[in-house]
Amino acid sequence: MSELSITLCGMKLPNPTILASGIVGISRASLTLAAQGGAGAVTIKSLSIEVRKGHPAPIILTYPGGMINSVGYSNPGIDNVGDEFSDLTSVGVPVIGSITGRNEDDYKILAEKAAALNFSALEVVLSCPHTPGYGTMAGLSTPEKTEAVTRLVKDRSRVPVFVKLSPNVMGLVDLAKAAEAAGADAITAVNTAGPGMIIDIVSRKPILGGKIGGISGRALRPIAVRCVYEIAQAVKIPIIGTGGVATGQDAIEMIMAGATAVGIGSGVYDRGITVFRQVCQEMQAFMDTENIKSLKEIRGAAHEV
Amino acid sequence: MKFELPITVRISQVIEEANGIKSFLLPCQLKAKPGQFCMIWLPGIDAKPVGISYQTKDHIGVTVCAVGPWSKKVCELKEGDLLGVLGPYGNAFQLEGKTVVLVGGGYGTASLMLLAEEALSQKLTATMIIGAKTEAQLLYRKRVATLGLGAIYTTDDGSFGERGTTADALARILKNQKVDSVYVCGPERMEKKVAELCRDSKVRSYISLERQMKCGFGVCGACSLDDSGKRVCVEGTIFPGEEVLQMKEFGQYHRDSSATKHHF
Ligand SMILES: Cc1cc2nc3c(=O)[nH]c(=O)nc-3n(C[C@H](O)[C@H](O)[C@H](O)COP(=O)(O)OP(=O)(O)OC[C@H]3O[C@@H](n4cnc5c(N)ncnc54)[C@H](O)[C@@H]3O)c2cc1C
Ligand SMILES: Cc1cc2nc3c(=O)[nH]c(=O)nc-3n(C[C@H](O)[C@H](O)[C@H](O)COP(=O)(O)O)c2cc1C
Ligand code: FES
Repeated sequence: MSELSITLCGMKLPNPTILASGIVGISRASLTLAAQGGAGAVTIKSLSIEVRKGHPAPIILTYPGGMINSVGYSNPGIDNVGDEFSDLTSVGVPVIGSITGRNEDDYKILAEKAAALNFSALEVVLSCPHTPGYGTMAGLSTPEKTEAVTRLVKDRSRVPVFVKLSPNVMGLVDLAKAAEAAGADAITAVNTAGPGMIIDIVSRKPILGGKIGGISGRALRPIAVRCVYEIAQAVKIPIIGTGGVATGQDAIEMIMAGATAVGIGSGVYDRGITVFRQVCQEMQAFMDTENIKSLKEIRGAAHEV
Repeated sequence: MKFELPITVRISQVIEEANGIKSFLLPCQLKAKPGQFCMIWLPGIDAKPVGISYQTKDHIGVTVCAVGPWSKKVCELKEGDLLGVLGPYGNAFQLEGKTVVLVGGGYGTASLMLLAEEALSQKLTATMIIGAKTEAQLLYRKRVATLGLGAIYTTDDGSFGERGTTADALARILKNQKVDSVYVCGPERMEKKVAELCRDSKVRSYISLERQMKCGFGVCGACSLDDSGKRVCVEGTIFPGEEVLQMKEFGQYHRDSSATKHHF
């Protein structure tokens, strides 16, 4: 029988599937639902300093290429989640915190406050493509900013720090290297692509309340696989390959590109909250057929040696 | 494959249901089941969840109560104006037994109307209790009479029907006759009373919950319930009464669009 459990930055995960940030994950209970659906670890919806109501609806659409969203980082603010995220043992799997800021000062405060919560790791989001003032729209996707923010957070964190990158930048590899140099424990690749827009031709208006949105799911997968492949060649720290993973085959592909774990977001829509369990069963079936004993054997297998 | 994209259509009819409450008939086919809801998009403004209150071969209808910015704008719309429809979403009511009671409070009654029609077509003995604050806000009186549905009206001020709450009317029915199942949609305080009544009378109840919803199909997490994490838009909106009474937040609190908790 093949073995799916992994160790990621010292965390023991029963399997390599991780709930990506922003898909359910607004409360301890909703993280628990994903854990019951088979996730090996779960990521909370990103927290900012201020209370954010997010964009008007529709905030999420699906189309033949996958999904597009303009949620707008709705969250209650990091000051208001103490009772939600201080005791996380009931979730049953490691919980990864996620923070998103507008500048270095924000990240200092966020990292300090996150340290008071009980996350097993902390993900730093430098990469949302469609929220004004955040991520790539705040100019955070440069090697200098990546290094500075990573260092700030790392200095203030007791737990492993993951840096989440955007697929939209040229020189992604330089960002990954900058994060590694500044002490990041892992790279999450990738956030959504785009931004994109869908227009309703009857009302002649963009459909998303925020007009533009990040693209995830099917259309993102080959981009994400390429990003993971390139990053894997450039850094030694583990990669959480995220983007369009919805089947066990997709997950194996990510791991062969060099990922240690796989993030799943849009797949929750395609296959329901038990997508994690389904992906694991399919991975196991493939590994059994191919006589693969553990994921270590195939990690980065697509790279030439 | 189904995609979550609005079908934008022109309103074919506006029905004045009650004071500040209008129904909008929309030419689209959803094949919705009783109790399901859709997201109604006011192009360029916002989209909100609304119960499906009418359904024919080629139309659906929704009933909107003007309470806030979005619903007030919708209630200003006229025939020929555009609305987008996404859905249908959520689970459905399943009729159980031969004698059923439907309990609707405020616009919650909208989500029970397809079920009432279904109960009649299955020739069940169905009673509908419709409650509102005052006569001017009572929904569907004409429609209920045309359908030939046994109905009890309650108003808080006694201006029409019985003075009191839907729960008072239900308590009396449960005392006087055998009821197989009860279906409920309305304000949460009312739902709590009704669920408790049914539990105490050992009658099955099914409660449709309302929570902040932003997507309607299980991705954003806005409608997640404590402590199960169940999403009202996917695992609900309808839950068995016994389950609802066990929910930590039922009758206690709900979350707004930033996921901040508010007590009822
Ligand atoms: C599953 C589901 C089904 C729904 N079905 C319907 C439906 O069939 N018809 C319908 O009209 N709405 C329905 N709603 C509610 C609807 O989605 C909106 O919340 C509502 O229209 C108010 O939106 P708004 O932006 O206009 O006002 P908001 O800004 O959201 O609210 C404005 C103010 O009105 C208050 N308020 C909200 N609702 C009420 C109320 N019923 N009575 C008094 N005050 C209120 C709010 O607390 C707030 O202070 C449903 C909601 C859910 C989750
Ligand atoms: C509805 C939605 C909300 C998201 N919100 C966040 C967020 O708050 N923070 C974040 O870092 N990424 C967010 N993302 C990006 C996902 O975590 C993930 O990186 C991306 O969707 C690609 O994975 P997928 O194709 O499996 O969905 C969001 C994605 C979606 C679809
Ligand atoms: S409304 Fe988005 S998960 Fe229910």
